[in-house]
Amino acid sequence: MEKFTTHTGVGVPLRRSNVDTDQIIPAVYLKRVTRTGFEDALFAAWRGDESFVLNQPAYSSGSVLVAGPDFGTGSSREHAVWALKDYGFKVVLASRFADIFRGNSGKQGLLAGIVAQEDVELLWKVLETRPGTEVTVDLVERTATADDVTVRFQVDDYTRWRLMEGLDDIGLTLQHEADISEFEANRASWRPKTLPAKHLPPVEIEAARPVV
Amino acid sequence: MAGTLAEKVWDAHLVRQGSDGAPDLLYIDLHLIHEVTSPQAFEGLRLAGRRLRRPDLTIATEDHNTPTLDIDQPIADLTSRTQIDTLRANAAEFGVRIHSLGDADQGIVHQVGPQLGLTMPGLTVVCGDSHTSTHGAFGALAFGIGTSEVEHVMATQTLPLAPFKTMAITVNGDLPPGATSKDIILAIIAKIGTGGGQGYVLEYRGEAIRKLSMEARMTICNMSIEAGARAGMIAPDETTFEYLKGRPHAPEGADWDAAVEYWRTLRTDDDATFDTEVVLEASDLEPFVTWGTNPGQGLPISANVPVPAEIADENERVAAENAIAYMGLTPGAPLRDLAIDTVFIGSCTNGRIEDLRSVAKVVQGKKKADSLRVLVVPASARVRLQAEAEGLDQIFLDFGAEWRNAGCSMCLGMNPDQLAPGERSASTSNRNFEGRQGKGGRTHLVSPLVAAATAIRGTLSSLADLDLPADVDITSFDGTPLAPLDPAALVQV
Repeated sequence: MEKFTTHTGVGVPLRRSNVDTDQIIPAVYLKRVTRTGFEDALFAAWRGDESFVLNQPAYSSGSVLVAGPDFGTGSSREHAVWALKDYGFKVVLASRFADIFRGNSGKQGLLAGIVAQEDVELLWKVLETRPGTEVTVDLVERTATADDVTVRFQVDDYTRWRLMEGLDDIGLTLQHEADISEFEANRASWRPKTLPAKHLPPVEIEAARPVV
Repeated sequence: MAGTLAEKVWDAHLVRQGSDGAPDLLYIDLHLIHEVTSPQAFEGLRLAGRRLRRPDLTIATEDHNTPTLDIDQPIADLTSRTQIDTLRANAAEFGVRIHSLGDADQGIVHQVGPQLGLTMPGLTVVCGDSHTSTHGAFGALAFGIGTSEVEHVMATQTLPLAPFKTMAITVNGDLPPGATSKDIILAIIAKIGTGGGQGYVLEYRGEAIRKLSMEARMTICNMSIEAGARAGMIAPDETTFEYLKGRPHAPEGADWDAAVEYWRTLRTDDDATFDTEVVLEASDLEPFVTWGTNPGQGLPISANVPVPAEIADENERVAAENAIAYMGLTPGAPLRDLAIDTVFIGSCTNGRIEDLRSVAKVVQGKKKADSLRVLVVPASARVRLQAEAEGLDQIFLDFGAEWRNAGCSMCLGMNPDQLAPGERSASTSNRNFEGRQGKGGRTHLVSPLVAAATAIRGTLSSLADLDLPADVDITSFDGTPLAPLDPAALVQV
């Protein structure tokens, strides 16, 4: 993962609450088996609408998304984070995030910063009054600045540290391999195992046909 | 020290306590896998030269993409076929047990775990799917994860997790006739909002919850994520043990006794405290439907479409205006007048045998309204077989409904089962997001009973709108297991 300390890029005001992950990337785009190339799928349902913010030239190169509350609700699809990253976003600021989305962002180096709703309104005002304004996001100081407006954002210490160091979670966990093995040695025998597989005898399933 | 149910399960899985702001490291008992969120995780393992640590705690099935018709033919959609072929190849390479299309144990991942008896009280269960919260109905700590975390569990069988807050949701009293556990959870989400549960593990308790069958409890826990919660749980009791006993992977002999003894300790201590408490009276509930584009935008079926001008909060007003425009609604119009084009009965929320039985009781001997189509999609192939053994399929076909193969189907329309632009559905699934069931599709979330009544009348309806014979008791379920289980008949592979 790339290290993240500060980022400066065009701010995009997304004046909507409850932007769920089905809006960020509809399910039809989840059939791919790759981890990249999702930029065309980002906000797919809205991209056909000329008035949509990313279709306006001043915002189309945006990399700092400033969204309404409850961003990233719904499905756990990490594709939502990949689509935002593939488009070019490095930061999303909102007053509330869905837990799974925030977790996924942290794993992928997309900074999800929590900003008070009144500060979101201040940023929206700057970005809407002067389209194309750049926002500087400083992870060290936990601030976001657009023109004369500077707001503070929250991100938990551990995620901040990992983002700043660009660390891989799996590598960190495997440092504790001995603890994991010790835990496994003491698990109760009633806890289920999927193998060897146990099930009822196989039954032939007839394919349903269209009703005419 | 006194603890809540969630805290007890958490503590029992602590591999390593986090220090200096680092999260706790928790052991994962059961990892469920499906075709959509796993390919990139397997690829990550391969690229890093890592092995799958515990194939024996991992199980895969195919559900999101699978067609519900002609499953003996090659999958027509090439990208869907590639994704499923990728899962099969990965399962073979890494030694993962897989239940593929056409196998009697194939189905929606959140039905497969419980019906095989793999989902049990006191476990940690994860899956790259947000509706993993379903398994919390057994008193397991179960939650959806992203693909990076899927890879993390594959490599380490653990997850670093930040601490959670606890919320008690107590539902007192008795549900009135015609109201179901779906109405309880829709009412809860309408009350606390789609973000109300953020950071929390919810524990559903109270008299109304205790009286629910396992399947009805699964419906409630399933939609915990729709309130933004990390997980939802219900303390295990005799209903739980009865559901589990004799299932293929349920413990046997001394292991069963030891397990039950431990499971009985999995309840919130009387002197434990929750961070937040919410109370609902079940007797106040009536069938709920959603009118908007998030699951929190729900109302009793007797209500009218909200009038945005009357909403004080600006964000909520704008959200309501957007939703009403997308859904093609008239502010102030009665919800009961809404004409429906498609009724979808299925999903990990309401595609289980009891759901199908209750729908069959309502529609038996009737004909669907001419103006709509009805899709009935069982949650798993076993549910389908059980329904066919009980003759439910014939009741649905006589009613004019389509009887399909198992899978996620129209809940999210990754397969051909989709709404056309502008089409309006009454759906027993879990999400009414814009375009969720097909681009431009309009979804109203409902219980199976409301779906059945709507299919008969053509407009959003509840049982109160039907003249059902008085002896049709749709609220009583016998809780019969999916199929008679004879342990001697079990196959070990």
